[in-house]
Formats: sequence, C-alpha cells, structure tokens
Amino acid sequence: MSELAATARGVTKRFGRTLALDDVGIEVRAGESHALVGRNGAGKSTLVSVLTGMQVPDAGEVAFFGEPAPPVADRAAWRRHVACVYQRSTVVPELSVAENLFINRQDLGGGLISWKRLRREAAELLETYDVAVHPDALVSALTVEQRQLVEIARALSIGSRFVILDEPTAQLDGPAIERLFARMRSLQAKGVTFLFISHHLQEVYEVCQTVTVYRDARHVVTAPVAEMSKPALIEAMTGEAGGLNVPSGADRPSSAEAVLTVSALSGDAFSDVTLSAARGEVIGLAGSASSGKHEFAETVYGLRKPSGGAISVDGTAVRGGDVPSALKAGIGCVPRDRHHQGLVLDLSIAENATLSTAGAFVWPRAQRAAGATAIASYDVKAAGPDQPVSDLSGGNQQKVVMARALAGDPAVLVLINPTAGVDVKSKESLLGVVDAQARRGKAAIVVSDELDDLRVCDRVLVMFHGRVVREFARGWRDQELISAIEGMSAE
Amino acid sequence: MTKAMTPPVPAPTPPGKQKFQFARYQDLALVPVIVLLLVVGSVLSPIFLTSGNLIAVLTQQSELSLLVLGQAMILVVGKMDLSLESTVGLAPALAVALIIPASSGGLGVGLAAWLALPLCLLIGVVIGGLNGFLILKVGLSGFMVTLGMLTMLRGLQLAITEGKSLIDVPESFLYLGSTTWLGLPAAVWICIVCYAAGIFVLKYLRAGRSLYAIGGNSEAARAAGIRVDRVVWLVLVIGSVLAVVAGILMTGRLGSVAATQGEGMIFQVFAAAVIGGISLQGGKGTLFGALSGVLMLGLVEQILRLQGVSGFYIKASYGAVIILALIVTRFATGQKQE
Repeated sequence: MSELAATARGVTKRFGRTLALDDVGIEVRAGESHALVGRNGAGKSTLVSVLTGMQVPDAGEVAFFGEPAPPVADRAAWRRHVACVYQRSTVVPELSVAENLFINRQDLGGGLISWKRLRREAAELLETYDVAVHPDALVSALTVEQRQLVEIARALSIGSRFVILDEPTAQLDGPAIERLFARMRSLQAKGVTFLFISHHLQEVYEVCQTVTVYRDARHVVTAPVAEMSKPALIEAMTGEAGGLNVPSGADRPSSAEAVLTVSALSGDAFSDVTLSAARGEVIGLAGSASSGKHEFAETVYGLRKPSGGAISVDGTAVRGGDVPSALKAGIGCVPRDRHHQGLVLDLSIAENATLSTAGAFVWPRAQRAAGATAIASYDVKAAGPDQPVSDLSGGNQQKVVMARALAGDPAVLVLINPTAGVDVKSKESLLGVVDAQARRGKAAIVVSDELDDLRVCDRVLVMFHGRVVREFARGWRDQELISAIEGMSAE
Repeated sequence: MTKAMTPPVPAPTPPGKQKFQFARYQDLALVPVIVLLLVVGSVLSPIFLTSGNLIAVLTQQSELSLLVLGQAMILVVGKMDLSLESTVGLAPALAVALIIPASSGGLGVGLAAWLALPLCLLIGVVIGGLNGFLILKVGLSGFMVTLGMLTMLRGLQLAITEGKSLIDVPESFLYLGSTTWLGLPAAVWICIVCYAAGIFVLKYLRAGRSLYAIGGNSEAARAAGIRVDRVVWLVLVIGSVLAVVAGILMTGRLGSVAATQGEGMIFQVFAAAVIGGISLQGGKGTLFGALSGVLMLGLVEQILRLQGVSGFYIKASYGAVIILALIVTRFATGQKQE
C-alpha cells in the first residue's frame, strides 16, 4: 500500500446546532488526485478548513504523511504540510507577483528585504513551475487562471506536497481548464498530491483517480474513479437513484409569436447580434469567456449600454442601458455572479426576493408573505423569510436570485450562468423552473457553458468573438457543441 | 406584489411562536441603556427626572439629532459626508449675510427677509448636490470630497463674515429657535417629525429600502433595477438639507450665527450613529437606533454637567463615554465594528 499524504479519521464538527461533519474520514494516497464531491452543505468546505487547520474539529484527528497535524496556532507548520487554492483568491491584488509569492517572508531570511533578490527568486520559482507571468506584474492585472497558478506555485515553494483545489474550474473557460488539468497531471507525475473539489462531475473523471463522496455531513463512499459510473456517483451524492433529472422540454408546445426581438444589437465585446425568442421558447447561448455572450445578455437586461441596435418585448421598444426600463418591459434577469450582482447578503430572503418588485410601499407583512411564497415556490431550504441570505448555501442563494428575477412575472427571462456553483439537486430545481416558465408561454435565454443547462433549450446559439457563429437545434451532440464553443469550426 | 409570484404555491403560514432573535431587536439595544441612564441620573440628582431637565436634554440634542439623521442615511447607502458640520454654519451665515445690511456685517445685497428660510434650504440643496456631483459623476472619493468641502465651506463662512458673529438674525429663525408648541420647543417637534418620516420611509417605502440594498451591495441593487446614483444623490441632498435645518435651529436658539457654528460636531455625529448601530460599511442600522445613540450621548452629557464636572473634564469624559459605549455595543451585538 502506498503512503498516505493526508488522512482524517473520525472527524466531527458542529457549528451551533448544525452538524457540519459527522464522524467522517478521508484517506488521500500520496501522488494521486483525489476528488471530493457532494452537494452544497455536504461538509466539503468544513473538511477543507479542518484539513488546512483553519477549524479545529470537535473530535477526530488529522495526519499528514503519517505525522499528526501540527497545533492550530502554528500556521507556518500547516503551510508546509498542506496548501489550499480557494475559490476566493488569497493573494493581495495591489502587490506584485514576486511579493505575493514570498508574502510574509519577503526578506528570504535575511532580515532586510532585497527587492532584487526577491525578484530573481520569484522569476526562478515561476520558471520552475512554468508559469508565464512577470514577477513585477501586479496580481490585480492577472487573469483568474494566472492568479491560480501563482497561488499553486506559492504553495509548492513553501514545501507543501499536498494541494487542495477548491472548485478551481468554477471561473475558468474551457481551454484554461484543460491547461489546468495538464498542469495537475504533470505536477502529479512529480509527486504532488491533489484533493480536487468540483461540482462538475465530468472533471472528476478527467483528472482524478479516486473519488470520495460526502452527503449530509457524512462520508458515503470512497472508490476508484474507474469503478464508479456517473449515475452511481450522482446517486451517492443525492441518495436517490437515476442521475440528473432535468426536463428536456422536447414536449413543450411551440409558438411562432415572438416575445423578445433583438435586432442588430452591438455593445461591449459583441456586435450585430439579431435574435428573436418566441413564446415558450428557451434559447441557449454558449461560447467561451471572451465570446461576448455575457455582455450580450447583460445588455439585453440593461446592465450595459448598447452601441447600436434595438431590443423590444411584445413590440414595445426597451430603452438601452436602463434596468428599470427593461424590468418594466417585462425582462427578468439572473445576473452572472450572485455575490457580486445577485444578492444583498445581509438582507433577508424576503427582502432580496422582492428587491425588483414595483410599488412605492413595502409592507413588511406582505414582503414576508412574498418571501415565504418564494421559499415554497422555488424550494429554498431556509428557516424562514427573515433569514439573511448570507446563511444559505450556494444553491439556495441562487434560488432566491431566481425568485427575484421572476417576481414581476416577466415575459422574458435572461439567465446568466444560472447553475454556477450549485449542487445537482438545486440545479434540477432551477432548470425545472426555467422549463415551467416556458410552459407558461414565457421566453428564456440561458447563457451558460454547462451542457446540462443547455439541454433544457430548444436551440443553442454559439457565440465566438462577439458574433453568433453557429446554431444548434435540439438533439446536438456534446462533442460538436463543445468544438463550436472552442471556435474549432470557425477556424 | 405576491400575486405575480410564479408558479403559485400557497405560502406556508409562518410559525406562531418563533425563537427570540436578538438581531431583529438590535435597534432596541440601547433602550435599556437609556433607561439605566435615567435611573442613574435621577439617583444622582433630584432634578434629573423633571420635565424641565428632560426637555433641556432634548432641545440640546435636537440639532445633533438632525445631523445624525442625515448622516445615518448617508452611511446606510455606503457613503459619508464630513461637510455636514460646516453646512450647519455656512448656510445660515450666507443667507443672513445676503439679507442684512452691510452695516450689520452683511454683504450689502439686501434681499427680502422672508427669503431667509427658503434661501437657507436652497443652499443646502446646492451643497448636497455638489457633493453628489463630485462623488457620483466625477467619480471622486466621498471621504476626500467632503473633507475638502468641510474645510472650504468653513473658510467661506469666515471670508463672508470676516470671522465675526452675525447677530442681526431674521425673525423666522428666532421664532423657530425659541417658540414652543404644545409645551415642547419647536426644535424638538421638528426632530420628532423628521425622525418619524425617516423611520417610516426607510421601513415602508421601496425608495427607503433601496438605501439598504445599495449600501449592502450596490451592484446587486443596480441589477435589481434600483437607480443607484439617483438615490445616493438624493440622500446626499437630504443630508445637507437636514444639516441646514439644524443650522437654522441653532441660529434661532442662540440668536446669532457664530463663525464656529457647528465646528467639531461631526465627531459626535459619527459617534452617535455608530453607537446607535449604523455600520460605517453601509447597508446596516436603523434610524431609531441612531436616535437612541443621540439620546444616550445627551443623557450622559447632562449627567456629567449636573454633577458639576468641570468643563475641562467634560470633554475628556465625553470622549471616554463614546469609546465605552462602542465597547458595550460591540459585545451587546456580538459584531465587530471594523
């Protein structure tokens, strides 16, 4: 049996009345890439904080390469054993790459900081790990991909041979994900061990050898990836048989009556896009991060100003770059990033769900009732309408954003990355809402890279460098859609 | 509002008995402290609980409370306005100087006396509007803009009055500063009305709730269809106008506009707002909380004064009380204030 890079045994952790981890364990063999999957709230994040020494478990023990974990106060020792690249960055944006790499050890043991030496060492380090970034560059100027590589290089330079990647692919586009995986494989070949957390099960199959599933704070199964079929994996995660259950909507009634008409719309990062959505139609919009699909959708909802073209709903023109006017015309939107644009985290569910509704008066009783209706209608797991949304898991937060988008009963729904960072169950219920809206004669535009999201669509438009380049009718094959997204067919 | 929610599912009836949630009553956190101060005050001094004394406290705090009202709303939208204290002095000084003859220290323009109040309020609108323009349209730092404005407006007042007090104050100011309605000074009534209106708007009007959305996450507010810039601008203007009203009341109460009118008040304004639970980060706190912060500081000051604490020490004790109050609030609410 090969050596164990990290083990956790009998770990239990409570937060108040919530049991976050219930006597769980994990064994990560040295040199493997080990996937940790589970729905939101399964306990993955808590395990990560226990494994990185950020949280002390109520019971249980953690060991690295057979040695018991250092005391929690000794951060330096923890950093030598384990490193974690979180979804949120842990680099200082306004400092240089070099300084970030050696943060809090800038003097390199010399007492005084020699900037020249620091730069040289940083350059060497970046070279060793083949990171094509200038040491003098400000971290704020880097892409998400480069930033992650800097964080990984920093972790490895401290001496850690065990790296936790917490949803590293959530903010990357296709080619960047491939490059990250190639790098993981090559580091793995050099003996680095990874614990890989992702909501994208496909990635688990692509890059990991072993998978551990948690559900409701308990360990469910650990098995070699090769022996675990995708339905079996989803079953382990949800506790229910039968994979992702999203209505394809193939049986939805179609209509020829256009609701949303976009003609020759141009704006930030896209130009001359014309499309029309009929009642009951769901249109998918796919493309890489630089394709302009987000910008297009945000322009339709008025978050960005168009430079030309026109948008109309039911024949009424919508004023460009003006969200209230879009809302009034009957466009609802789930914005790209729920933390950044979707929610006011300190406010309650009721308040967030009714943020867009019209009317000068807000009666707390009516608002609370609207919040309770939203909780029931969209299957939000919450204590009640007064609970602040910051308490909710990602999937449930996204349902609140959905509730807000639908609060005015819009004729057109624009959804940008609607299932980003949400678990399988939440994904099902969010996509189910889209299908239900279409059946009620509403039109929807789903902007996403996730094939599961696009399967609910009647047709999928692919954007490349700001233009619509391909259109797929229902029944497309994964491979052909993906190659169109990567621009393979456009070259 | 609820009928549009789809797909329609009947709302579950809210559970009748809910667990006591401290967070929901956070704006009442200072009420026990105020009661305690009333008890302590009455033990220490027999005249403390007399209506005369309590009305005196309210009157003294009326001007501060209007500033706190404005600042609290500005803080809730996630901005701050340091220039309020200079507005307290400049607006009445400029309006008065435009009316009184040059012989009494005026500018010699000689506008009609009835213009005093509208002119004053207009000056407030202009100052708030200018702050808003610089912060929102030009894109400057709110802290620095209003710091600059603080100094500039104070300097402007000194330039206009040549550093002297203006004592030839219009009748309308004197009336507001000295009259009583139904046994309470007009100033106190004005505060009560302003706070009642503010509390209502911030609780029951969509426009008022939008302040919290903007302060909590302005991008999300924008995506929800709130006209963020317009609301923030309006709040800055309202803040300045409230500062002007405070200035008018102060002028009327003292019977003159001193060159230093309002100077140093901004520190008490921030102290009262933060003690009252308004977050400097924006998006949190209630006007009732802010008002209780004002009352608390007023009671403390009065207790110290009645105890005959020397003027030299009163300022130091006052500062100490602010810090103490912050510590108490910190642990009562269990939240870091940052």
